[in-house]
Amino acid sequence: MEHGLILAAILFGLGLAGVLVRRNIIFMLMSVEIMLNAAGLAFIAAGARWGAVDGQVMFIFILTMAAAEVSVGLALVLQMYHSFRTLDTDKVSTMKG
Amino acid sequence: MNTELFFIPFFPLAGFIMLALAGKRLPKRVVASIGAGSVGLSALLASATGIRFLLAPPQGQVLSLTLWDWMQVGGTTVSVSFLLDPLSLIMVLVITVVGFLIHLYATQFMEHDEGYSRFFAYMNLFVFAMLVLVLADNLVVLYLGWEGVGLCSYLLIGFWYADPANGRAARKAFIVTRVGDTAMAIGLFLLFSHLGTLNINELMIAAPARWPVGADTAVLAAALLLGGAVGKSAQLPLQVWLPDAMAGPTPVSALIHAATMVTAGVYLVARTHVLFELAPPVQAAVAVIGAATLLIAGLSALAQRDIKRVLAYSTISQIGYMFLALGVGAWSAAMFHFMTHAFFKALLFLGAGVVILAQHEEHDMFRMGGLRDKLPATFWTFLVGAASLSAVPLVTAGFYSKDLILWHAWSAPRGGAALWAAGLAGAFITSLYTFRMVFLTFFGESKTGISFKPGRAMTVPLMLLAGLSIIGGFVELPETLGNLPLFSRFLNPVLPAGPASSPEGVSEFFLQLDASFASLAGIGVAWVLYVLRPAFVVKLTAVPAVESARKFWLAGGDFDALYNRLFVRPFVRLAEMSKRDFIDSGYTGIADLSSAANHLLSRTQTGNIRWYAMGIALGAAVFLAIVVVLSP
Repeated sequence: MEHGLILAAILFGLGLAGVLVRRNIIFMLMSVEIMLNAAGLAFIAAGARWGAVDGQVMFIFILTMAAAEVSVGLALVLQMYHSFRTLDTDKVSTMKG
Repeated sequence: MNTELFFIPFFPLAGFIMLALAGKRLPKRVVASIGAGSVGLSALLASATGIRFLLAPPQGQVLSLTLWDWMQVGGTTVSVSFLLDPLSLIMVLVITVVGFLIHLYATQFMEHDEGYSRFFAYMNLFVFAMLVLVLADNLVVLYLGWEGVGLCSYLLIGFWYADPANGRAARKAFIVTRVGDTAMAIGLFLLFSHLGTLNINELMIAAPARWPVGADTAVLAAALLLGGAVGKSAQLPLQVWLPDAMAGPTPVSALIHAATMVTAGVYLVARTHVLFELAPPVQAAVAVIGAATLLIAGLSALAQRDIKRVLAYSTISQIGYMFLALGVGAWSAAMFHFMTHAFFKALLFLGAGVVILAQHEEHDMFRMGGLRDKLPATFWTFLVGAASLSAVPLVTAGFYSKDLILWHAWSAPRGGAALWAAGLAGAFITSLYTFRMVFLTFFGESKTGISFKPGRAMTVPLMLLAGLSIIGGFVELPETLGNLPLFSRFLNPVLPAGPASSPEGVSEFFLQLDASFASLAGIGVAWVLYVLRPAFVVKLTAVPAVESARKFWLAGGDFDALYNRLFVRPFVRLAEMSKRDFIDSGYTGIADLSSAANHLLSRTQTGNIRWYAMGIALGAAVFLAIVVVLSP
C-alpha cells in the first residue's frame, strides 16, 4: 500500500510542478490530468488496503469528471487560440494588476 | 362644521399635488388653469366667507374647524385646527385675492420658461403654506406654515438654479431666516413649558393671568417671538436676505417678498399682541427696530440702480412702518398698512416685471427711460402704485394707512416725537426714491426699443391692483376726514382699538399736513433732480463724500460686509480648525488603512493563471500542515 501512495504522491508532485512551470495551456491541462490520476491511484491503493469497494467507485467518478473536464477544457483552449492566436497563458493576461 | 376653512387651503394644496405629480406631461394651458384656478377658487371661497362674515357675523366673530389631532404629548393635544377671525380673514383675503392676480399675471410672464409647471407647483404650495400659517389656531400649526413658506421662498428664489448666484441667494435667505426661526422655536418651548398650552387664544388668556406686566419670562418669550418676526419680515438686524431674494422670478418677488410672506412677522406680532403688551421693553424695541429699519432701508433704496432692488429695500422700509405701528400699540394700523402695502407693492413689482421683460431683461434703471408712451397701461398703473407708496394725500390708499401710523407714532403713550420724526423723514425718502424710479424708467428719452407688449393676462391684474391701491384706503378714514374707521372696527374683536391719544399737543390735522408735505416734497425733489436737472446729480456724485455715501448705501449699509467679518469668517475659520481634530483623524485613519489594504490585495490579482495555481497549492499545503501539526 505504501508504495502505491508514494507513487501517487510523486505523480501528484510532478503534475503540480507541470502546472506551475509550463506556460503552454495544453501542457498545463495534461499536468492537471496527471494530478487527477495521482489522486485516483491514491484512492485505489487505500481501497485495496481496507478491502473496501469505495476506492474503486471514487476512481470511476474521477475518470468521468476528468473526461468532462477535458472536453470543456479543450473547448476553452480552442476559444483562447481563436481570440488570442497563442496558447501561452502569460500572454493572454489582460488584467492591469 | 365650517368646511370652507378646510377648502380654502385645500385647493392650492390639490393644485400643488396635481402639478407636482403630472405637471410635466400636461400642456401649458392646463398647467396655467390648474395653477391660477386653484388659487382663484380659494379667493372666491374666501370672498364668500368674508361676505358671510360681514352680513351675518358668527358667534364671537370666530369660525373654527378642527380637522384631526396631530399629536398628544404630556397631557396636551396638538390638533390640526383652523380658526378664522377678522384678523386672519383679512390676511386670507389678501393672500388669495392678490395671490390669484399674481398667478394670473405669471401665466403669461413665465410663458417661455422651461419650468412652467414646477413654478406653479411651488407657487401653489406657497399659497397653501401661507394659508395654514394665518389660519392656524395654535402656534405649532402656525410654525408648520411658517417653515413651509420659508421652504417655498427658498425654492422660488433659487428657481433658476442653473446660475449658482441664484442658489447662493436662496441659501442666504434660508439661513438668515433660520436664525430668527430658531429664536421663535425656543420662544414656543418657553411658552409651552410655562403655560402648558400652545393654543393661541388660550395663551392670550393664560399669559396675563400668570404674569404681571414686565415679568422677566414674558419679556424673554416676547423677545424670542420678535426674533422670529424680525427674521421673516426682514427687519434690522436680519434684513440682509431680502434684497438678494430678488434673484427669483418677478411674480415670486411680488407674492412672497412683498405682499404676503414677509409680512408674516407683522401678523405674528399682531396675533400675539397680548404677550407684547406684557413686555413693554420688547414693544419699545419693536418700535425702534421699525423706525431704524425704515430709515436705513429707505436710504439704501435711494442708492440702488436695479429696479427690483429699489422695490426690495422699499418693502423692508414699509414693513418697518408696520413694526413702528406695532411698537406703539397701533395694531390695526399695522394691519391696515399691511393690506394697502400688499396691493400697491404687488402692483409695483408686477409693473417692474413688465418693464424688465420689455427691456430685454434689463434691471438697471439708468439704462431705461421713455417707456411712458410705449407701455401706457403699465405706466399708468405703475404711477398709481408709486403714488400710493409715496402716500400722495387724499386719493391713495397708502396715504390713509401711513398717515394713521404717523398719527399713532406721535400721539400714542408709547410713541413720541422721535419715532414720528423718523417716520416723517422716511415718508420723504420713500416718495423721493419711488419717483426717482418712476422718472428714470418712464420719463426722459428712450434708450432701447421694447421687445414685448404685455397681454391681457398681465394688464388686467395690474389694473385691478391699481384700483385696489386707490379704493383700499377708503375703508378707514381718519377723524379729520370723515371719521369712518370701518377697518379697525372690523378688527376690534381681535385687536384692541388704537392706543388712546394724549389730549394735549398738536392736532391730527396738523400732522396730516406735515405728512402730505413730506410726500409731495419728495416727489418734487425727485422731479427736479431726475427730470429738470439730471446734470446736477452727475455733478453731485462726482464729489468724493457723496460718492462714498452712495457706495455705502448701494450695499445696503454694508451689513453684508459686517456680518461677513463678524459671523461668516470666524465660523469658516472654526470649521477649518476642527476639520483636522483627533476624532476625525481616527475616522480617516480607518479609511486610510482599508484603502491601503485594498491596494495591497489588488496587487495579487495579476491575471496570471500560474500565480493563482501557485496560490492554491501553497494554501492547500499550509492547511494540510496545520491539520497534521494540530491533530493529536
